[in-house]
Amino acid sequence: MSTLTALKDVTFERNLSFRKLKGKIFEILAFFAILLGIAMLLTLLVDVFLDGLPWLSTRLFTEFPSRFPEKAGLRSALQGSIWLMFLTALMAIPVGVGAGIYLEEFAPQNRITRFIEINVANLAGVPSIIYGLLGLGLFVRQLGLGRTLIAGAMTMALLVLPIIIVTTREAIRAVPNSIRQAALAIGATDWEVSRDHVLVYSAPAILTGVILAMSRAIGETAPLITIGALTYIAFDPKGPFDIFTVLPIQIFNWVSLPQPAFHGLAAAGIIILLIVLLSMNALAIWLRNRLTIHW
Amino acid sequence: MDNNHNTVLETKNLNIYYGDFLAIKDVNFKVFRHQITAIIGPSGCGKSTLLRSFNRMNELVPSARSEGKILFNGEDIYDPSIDPVEVRRRIGMVFQKPNPFPKSIYENIAWGLKINGFRGSKSELDDLVEQALRGAALWDEVKDKLDQSGLSLSGGQQQRLCIARAIAIKPEVILMDEPASALDPIATLKIEDLMRELKENYTIVIVTHNMQEAARVSDYTAMMMLTGDEERSGTVIEFDQTNVIFTRPKDKRTEDYITGRFG
Repeated sequence: MSTLTALKDVTFERNLSFRKLKGKIFEILAFFAILLGIAMLLTLLVDVFLDGLPWLSTRLFTEFPSRFPEKAGLRSALQGSIWLMFLTALMAIPVGVGAGIYLEEFAPQNRITRFIEINVANLAGVPSIIYGLLGLGLFVRQLGLGRTLIAGAMTMALLVLPIIIVTTREAIRAVPNSIRQAALAIGATDWEVSRDHVLVYSAPAILTGVILAMSRAIGETAPLITIGALTYIAFDPKGPFDIFTVLPIQIFNWVSLPQPAFHGLAAAGIIILLIVLLSMNALAIWLRNRLTIHW
Repeated sequence: MDNNHNTVLETKNLNIYYGDFLAIKDVNFKVFRHQITAIIGPSGCGKSTLLRSFNRMNELVPSARSEGKILFNGEDIYDPSIDPVEVRRRIGMVFQKPNPFPKSIYENIAWGLKINGFRGSKSELDDLVEQALRGAALWDEVKDKLDQSGLSLSGGQQQRLCIARAIAIKPEVILMDEPASALDPIATLKIEDLMRELKENYTIVIVTHNMQEAARVSDYTAMMMLTGDEERSGTVIEFDQTNVIFTRPKDKRTEDYITGRFG
């Protein structure tokens, strides 16, 4: 029997109301899924703000950590975080963006390139503690840098490098090939095309990626604990070769103390860290919407 | 055939491969100075590949390679001593889809001048930009908004901006790859008028799907067709003055194609 004759025997039941009901049920389930996520975040925020608000004051910015909660502040941790971000950016941005440009614009299409590409993608998924162990072994011990800002920044640079490379490549890939051809067709060299066109047009998206990479680094704790930044620092770091601590480590430190007052301080620290992180992400989104070229 | 014209480009036994695939087979034809030469033929017969081999843009496709010669003023542009960058400065190109840089209208023109070693004053640069825009019949429409983005122009204006960008660096030849196929009929006519003006100073090679367009603007026409055992490689089957191709074609296949009986 052919399919055609078989079809004739089928009676169609449109049953539209039941089909629409199924759609409605799915919609409600999906709504509760998103609600759950937002509710979790709100609970966390409310809880942190309730604990931390009484402790939030300018003293946090001006005072060093102390045994006495009412005298303790985040001064050295804040400065450590700023130093660390600055040094990390200084190393990771040129290397990461450069690697991204090379892989997209210059690298020959061969096995070695593909091998590198796969490994860069894999590196982005390596747990951060592994980078901490590498930093401890290589920078702190082998290179003899000690538990200094520079050792920490090098470790962080390694950690965010794959993120910067991957986002740079994506940004560069968004520049249409027709632009490269247009530039080449009027006698530009490959470097002139990259410098004056590809890099310029992909800069907003690269910048967005860099900011997101930096906000990852500012909240990262494990690798810095591994290289030994979990210390009591009661002075301002003066340069890359000073020992240091950072915001999340100071918070971790306070949380692990038994006195409840320190837990309030930790919550206040979390509020500051969240404000920094959210403003960095907001800046990234704003830049992306503002500067991205619509082809 | 009229041989009074001076030859600018000449292909000699040109074969172009993509990997093992022979895309263009044994092409021999000439482009004469200050003439418009049209390359016509069915889709996929290698018209664009042939055009892009004239300014060595085709070699940007990683698997592409060529055999034979392309002589530009008697010199083989595929000679190992020739830098493709220099070839592209002297043989310009306008693409199928308008592709202005997302920079200002002024900068779209000035950039090509700067990278090609322009070392004059700002006012000299201004003059050259104006000259190029006038040459592309765009000046009157954009003279008050030179600092606006090239992307803010209409499709037809964008294409004329691309033509201005190409002629700013004073090439000898302008290659046009279906320059009007993405434009409406009025914008198309403007481009065609412009081509007739441009041939006073430049040599133009145009690839087109549109046979009326080839008949309207070109002086010479090369007819391409797939040939070979499996009909997979494109070649020029007939090359002559446009009026000869369209009125008294020698090849039966040309006649079938231009009268719409092809296929």
